[in-house]
Formats: sequence, C-alpha cells, structure tokens
Amino acid sequence: MKQLEHRDRVVIRFAGDSGDGMQITGTQFTNTAALLGNDLATFPDYPAEIRAPAGTLPGVSGFQVHFASDDIFTPGDAPDVLIAMNPAALKVNLKDLPRNGILILDADEFNKRNLKMAGYESNPVEDGSLAGYRLFAVPLTSRTETALAAFDNLTVKEKRRCKNFYALGMAYWLFSRSMDSTVEALKQRFAKKPQYAEANTVAMKAGYAYCEASEEFQVRYEVPPAPTKPGTYRNIIGNEALAIGLVAAAGRAGVPLFYGSYPITPASDILQYLAGYKNFDVTTFQAEDEIAAVGSAIGASFGGAIGVTGSSGPGIALKGEAIGLAVMVELPLVIVNVQRAGPSTGMPTKTEQADLLQAVFGRNGESPVVVLAASTPSNCFPMAFEAVRIATKYMVPVILLSDGYLANGSEPWRLPEGIGDLPEVRIPFHTDPKDFKPYRRDAATLARAWVKPGTPGLEHRIGGLEKQDQTGNVSYDAANHQKMVQLRQEKVQRVVADVPDLKVHGPDRGKLLVIGWGSTFGAIHSAVRLAQADGLKVAQAHLHHLNPFPANLGEVLARYDRVLCPEMNTGQLRMLLRARYLVDVQGLNKIEGQPFRVREVLTRIQEMA
Amino acid sequence: MSQQAPVLDKKHFESDQQVRWCPGCGDYAILASMLKVFAEMGVDREKIAIVSGIGCAARFPYYVNTYGFHTIHGRAPAIATGLKIARPDLHVWVVGGDGDLLSIGGNHFLHALRRNVTIKILCFDNRIYGLTKGQTSPTSEVGKVTKTTPLGSLDRPVNPISLALASEATFVARTADTWGNHFREVMLAAAAHEGSAFVQILQNCVVFNEDSWEPVVGRDRREENALFLENGKPLRFGRNKDKGIRIRGSDPEVVTVGEGGVAEGDLAVHDEKDESLAYLLSRLEPPRFPMPVGIFRRVGGLVALEKGIASQREEATRKKGKGDVMKLIHSGELWTVKR
Repeated sequence: MKQLEHRDRVVIRFAGDSGDGMQITGTQFTNTAALLGNDLATFPDYPAEIRAPAGTLPGVSGFQVHFASDDIFTPGDAPDVLIAMNPAALKVNLKDLPRNGILILDADEFNKRNLKMAGYESNPVEDGSLAGYRLFAVPLTSRTETALAAFDNLTVKEKRRCKNFYALGMAYWLFSRSMDSTVEALKQRFAKKPQYAEANTVAMKAGYAYCEASEEFQVRYEVPPAPTKPGTYRNIIGNEALAIGLVAAAGRAGVPLFYGSYPITPASDILQYLAGYKNFDVTTFQAEDEIAAVGSAIGASFGGAIGVTGSSGPGIALKGEAIGLAVMVELPLVIVNVQRAGPSTGMPTKTEQADLLQAVFGRNGESPVVVLAASTPSNCFPMAFEAVRIATKYMVPVILLSDGYLANGSEPWRLPEGIGDLPEVRIPFHTDPKDFKPYRRDAATLARAWVKPGTPGLEHRIGGLEKQDQTGNVSYDAANHQKMVQLRQEKVQRVVADVPDLKVHGPDRGKLLVIGWGSTFGAIHSAVRLAQADGLKVAQAHLHHLNPFPANLGEVLARYDRVLCPEMNTGQLRMLLRARYLVDVQGLNKIEGQPFRVREVLTRIQEMA
Repeated sequence: MSQQAPVLDKKHFESDQQVRWCPGCGDYAILASMLKVFAEMGVDREKIAIVSGIGCAARFPYYVNTYGFHTIHGRAPAIATGLKIARPDLHVWVVGGDGDLLSIGGNHFLHALRRNVTIKILCFDNRIYGLTKGQTSPTSEVGKVTKTTPLGSLDRPVNPISLALASEATFVARTADTWGNHFREVMLAAAAHEGSAFVQILQNCVVFNEDSWEPVVGRDRREENALFLENGKPLRFGRNKDKGIRIRGSDPEVVTVGEGGVAEGDLAVHDEKDESLAYLLSRLEPPRFPMPVGIFRRVGGLVALEKGIASQREEATRKKGKGDVMKLIHSGELWTVKR
C-alpha cells in the first residue's frame, strides 16, 4: 500500500536539453495544477540558443512550477523535486535542490559521452555523490521506447522524443494529479498528427503506471486546492495578458489598435498574439527594424488609431529619437519594453529591470513620458489597459515596462466578469473647425486635440521642430521654447490625477518600508509577509507608476525609519527616490539575470528591521 | 458630405506659412507644380497627407494646406506606411532629399517600396547635403569636392532608379524640378498608381551644388542629353529625334536613324512592364548615353499592402465573427471558484 502525504506547497522543476520539450512538459503540469484549483506561479528558464548542442550545459532548459493550497507570489526559491533529463541538466540545477529533495533522472542518458560533455569525471548516479537526495534513477528513454513498441508508424527517434511525457506521467502520479486535461491538450496540439498525440499519451500513462507498480515509489503527495477568491480563473503568462490588455482597451474605446514591432526576445510573443486577433480591429505590422516599428505606430496614431510598439531594451534604444518625436507632436503612443539583461545584447532570455532610467530619461532634450510597470504576469493586463487609457487621454507617449520573468512566467488570473469591470476609455476625436488650433490644450489635462486626417477644415501640420504655443507653427522664439518645455513637463505631471495613491501593506509607520517596482513584487511580498509573521515592523509598498510617481509617495517614505529598495539593477529606482525625496533609501541589488529569491529579500529585511 | 466635387485650384492648397528656401532653389518650382498637381487630382485637401523626413526638401509639408507631418531624419517612409495602413482612404505622399531617403533612411526606402504600400515617395535629388551646408551625399559623384571631402569623395554613388527597381517598386520614374509639364504628367501617373511609387526629381541646389543636373535638365541641352521615355514608343532622342538606343544582346548603344543602315525598327521600344529593360535604362547616363527620364516601370494589378491587410482583417472577422473582448478574456482553460 502506497502512502499518501499532505503538502501545502510544492516546487517542481523540469530540466533537460532545450530540445527535450521541458517547456511544454512544465506548461502541461501547470495547467493541470490550475484546473485543480491550486494557486501557482511558474518560471521558465531557457537558453538563447534554440537548440544548443545536445547534452551541453548552455543547452539546458528548465521550467519551474510552484503550486500550493494557499496563496503564493513567486515560483519558489528552491525546487522540492528536480527532474533532470541528462547529466548537463543535473549539473546546472543540482545546486538549487535542497538535501533530501526528490531527484528523478533519466539513467539512460548518463552515459560516457554525456557525462563528459557535462564535465562529470565519474557517473554521479553510481559514485555516491547523490546520496543526500531521494534519488530515482529511472531509464526513462528505454522505458518510453518499450512502452511505444507497438507504434510501427513512429521511428525510434520519434519514440524517444516522447520521454518528457513519460516523466510528466511520473510527476502526475507523484502529486496525485489527473492526466485528463493533458490527454485533451495533446489531441488538440496534434490534431493533424494523431499518432503523436497517442504516443505521448501512452508514454505519459506508462510513466504513471510505472510509479504505481514500482517498489521504488512508496510515497505520493497531495496538494489540495487553495481557498482563492470566488470567480472565474485562467492561467496566463505576462505577454499574453499584455496583448489582451491592449486589445481590451482599444475595444473599450472603439478605436482600432495598430501594433508595429520587430521580432526580439522576450517581446516577440506580443506581436504573435496580436497577429491572431485581427477580428478585433487589430492590425499588426512586422516592420523592417525597430525604428520603422515605432515610426509606423506613430504614423498610425497620426491617422487616428491607437499606435503601439513593443520591444526589449536594445530595440527601445533604437526607438529613442522617434519617441521624442511623439513627445513633441503630442500624439498618443504606447511603447512596451519587455526588459532583459543588458547592456548591449546582454543575455536575451534572462530577466532584469535595468531599463528604468532609460525609460524615464533616455532621449535627447527635455523629453518627458509617462512610465508604468507591471508587477505580476496577470497584472500585465490592467497595466497595458492603463497605458492605452493614459496615452489617449493626455496625448502623450507611455512606456510600459515588463520583463522576461513576467513575460514568460504565469499565474492564475481572476478574470473581469463583464465589460463594466473595465475602466472606460473615451476618445473624443476633434471635428469642430471653429477657432481650431492644433496646440490648444484641455484646461485640466493639458492634452491637445486629436484630429484625424480626413476631417474637413482642420488641415494642419505637425512636426519635430519646436512648436509655437497654440498654433503649432515652427518657432525658434526663446521664451516660447521655455514655455513649451514646461508645458510638456507639466502635462506629464498632471497624469498624477490618474495615479492612485500608493497603498502600504503592513503597519502605517514603523521601522522599515520595503519599496519595489515591477516583477520583484512576488519575492518582496512573500518576504515581507514572512517577516511580519515573525513580528518585525516592516511594510511593503509597490510602485506601478514610475513617472509621475503617486502623489503621496514622499509622505509614505517619510513615515518609516528606513527604506529598502530591492531591484534587479544597480539601484535605479533608489536613485530616483533619493533625488526626488531626499530619503536615504538602501538598495538590495541582484544583477544575475534571475529573479530574487524570497530568502534573499528576507535576510536583508532581518538585517534592517 | 459634399454633394459635388469642388473645383479646386492651386491657391486652395497653399498654406499660410512663409516659404523659406534659398532664393532660386529648385524646391520652389517643385512646390508650385505640386500645388497644381494636387488641384488636378480632384481630391480635397483633407484627404491628403504629406509626410517628410529631415532636410531642405522635408520642409515641404509646411507649405501645403493639407494634413502634414514633418518627422525625423530618414523615417518618413516608415511613418507614412503606418499611416496608410491605418488609413487607406488617405492619399499619402512622402517627401525627402537624397540624404534623407537614400542614406539615413535607406532601409525604410527599400522596405516601403518592396511592400507595395500605396505611398508616393518623392526624392528631391540634388546630390548634396544642403541643410547642413554642403557635405557629400549618397548620390554625389566620385571625386566630388565638398566640405567633408576636401580631396574628393571616394564613395561610389547609388543610382536611385536602379535601387528602386531592385527594391521591387511597381512605379519608378524620373523628372526634373523645372519641367512643368513633364513633371505634372509623371506626378499624375504616380498619383493614380496603386502600390508604392517612387519619383526621382532632379533638383537644383543653387547654393551648394549649382547646376549639378544642368547637362540633362538645361533648356538647351535636354534634347541631346535626356531620353524621354514613352511606353510603347521607340527610344529616340536628340534635337531632330534622329538618335536612338539600340540593344544588341544586352548591350545598349547610341545609333542615328538613317545612318549606317539603322532603321527606326532597329531601336528598342520602351515597355513599362519589362523589368530587365527598366534596369538597363536606369544604368544609362551621360556622357556615353542620354539620361532616360519619365516612367521606367509601371506595373499594375498587384495587391497593395494596405488592401491586403484590410482584407485579411475582414476575412478573419468573417470567419471568427467580430471580436468580443470579454470572450477573449474568458478563453483558454478556465476554472471557477464558487462562493
């Protein structure tokens, strides 16, 4: 009789060659956990090379899932279970597995050649170096082949390729999961090649059955559903949430969406998702380069569409001059930056949040734009929506910062039930020729009127040369330039009317405030909760608006003895906060291309509180 | 909406801005001719948008009372592409110089043309940088002495017509700033073309490169040095129209009809649909040959980008139904947590 143990939370990591299908294996495990009602967070970690040489360390691809019976905010610091498909995957990931963690290996892959490629001098399966772990060295490849013996229509290579589903079947058994949704997903994925769907299903069931029958596996685990807020949920990754947010805002406004972009990791998905939404009055344009991408979006905005461009840091650098043009001509424009580790090409598939100062300042001249940042994968939806709303209301470029961790990470998203749950987006195009002046401003927002070409009697010219106040004619007048620079600055400042006051989680005042922005939310939140549970007087505040800041930010900072700002950069928000509020903010800075671990933040909190 | 198309004149398209090019600049002639062309197109001014980059030529939109956008250096074709895709109902023109379109904007030039988006790209080509006061440009001749090339330019110039043809442009033409009637005919043909159109305008910079095109454009010399292309007609030129181009194998040669047994029938005949001929013609230039002017290539019947995009959108809407935002949000694998 097998033993069933109850667990509140489990972190499982699938690791293998980038051709081993670890991302799909992880995704399937995630969807099953979501359908079961677990709270969860995921983190895919894959190499830049599509298929680095098989068996090498740079070719290792991983997918980590954290699922729990209560609410969680990160993909987990360290895995409880590591499934490693070859020696390289073991080498790269073993350092994260705590002693006594469950380790499942494909014994078939631990041959001389692979061991050498991963840099092992002896076989760790046999030399006793894995004694501290609960090791299951299972010949996954040959067992998969045996399970698929009857499939005459598959080559040996094709059969071996199903071993990831054999491993998935084992994971399903280990955590008492149903295989139904994966069986269904395989049918859909391989609708045109049913033999693949069938083979993977058989392999998965064989993995499950093996654990059930084998003496090796005596304990299985159960993670009950989390008591989440009532509502309808789906699991979502950041890039998809962001794409849907843009579509929803444009749809709410009843104005066409135009997305001009150039493929770049990790932002390309957004272009791909939007290309599938053509029936939502969405136009996507894959431009010849980053500059043309932003240029086409500005052209579309000039034409009366919601112009959006998206990229990552290197692409944003190229777009800088054009963003300045949008500042000058005061057209709405949304620029999405899915940040990655820099500088230069950096580490394209690794995450970082080092483009904050680029977003705030990275253009020639006084060139203020609104800067927003999403904090979790599902939060990309409301922030994208908000970016469109602000850009069109204030006739201003808005930079929305996401990052590689949010882009590809996933979590359950509690869905808005009706269209009424989404904010209104009103875009009144100006059509009245009476006393029309292109740069006359709304008294409250300072936005100029948005006029669609084609409107009779409102013909006018705009451009990147300095504008005369009101008329928009070219002007080199000294006093006018000062006035216009200040007007553009003031307009961005007035966006503060649309920025909610910063809320604090924890005591209103006290010893320590931990402030962050972007994707560090989960790690900071988890760390602060743990510290609070330990009785520390620590609070958390998280910024979604980086320019302008919430109106009460200075006052919030002043209520705490000390302020800590964890960032995946060398201290960019810290620099802004110090400059703006003269507060001695301390940094916790991790620039490893990897998100914070909860433990890292917690340790620093304990030192400071 | 207007019941009757208004009769438009040149004045209708003049803006209230003072024109500020150097006295004698070829751009004045271009502006005057373009105002007439706009009037003749029979499209009212709110339906026209002119997009420009940076340079002397790029000031053009300020002087025309249509919608206008003076953008940034080299990017006008990209911005115009976005505008035309978003607003297929507009007549979109792009204005730039040789530096703007062929140097800093070379990439956008290539891609705007190969995409066959219905924008008209006018290149005011004076073979010099004017606004920055006299540096070598991508169309400057080898050996040209300028402020940045005091010992003569070493760069080989790009041939804008050859480049446009290689970029798969479906309409490619050449005219000159002061050629009122020829200019008008070329522009009206460009305006009527569906797909991207490119027109090289031989333009005179009086201050930094005066009379650069004089051997071709000048009143007394054009008959000998310019070859006026007419579709379906033999390639003839010269004061007495007695000279022509004969093509032997793939080698063009200048011949005189009636001399050495050359008959009219021996001359090559212009065909706007003949890609190879268009390219061959684009390579001809003085002193060995006359410079062809007029329409090198005009190919209709290809789907313009903005139409293709619109029909894909319609097709998707027909197949999937008009997008419902709430349905999109509530797609994928859902689960419900009950109260």
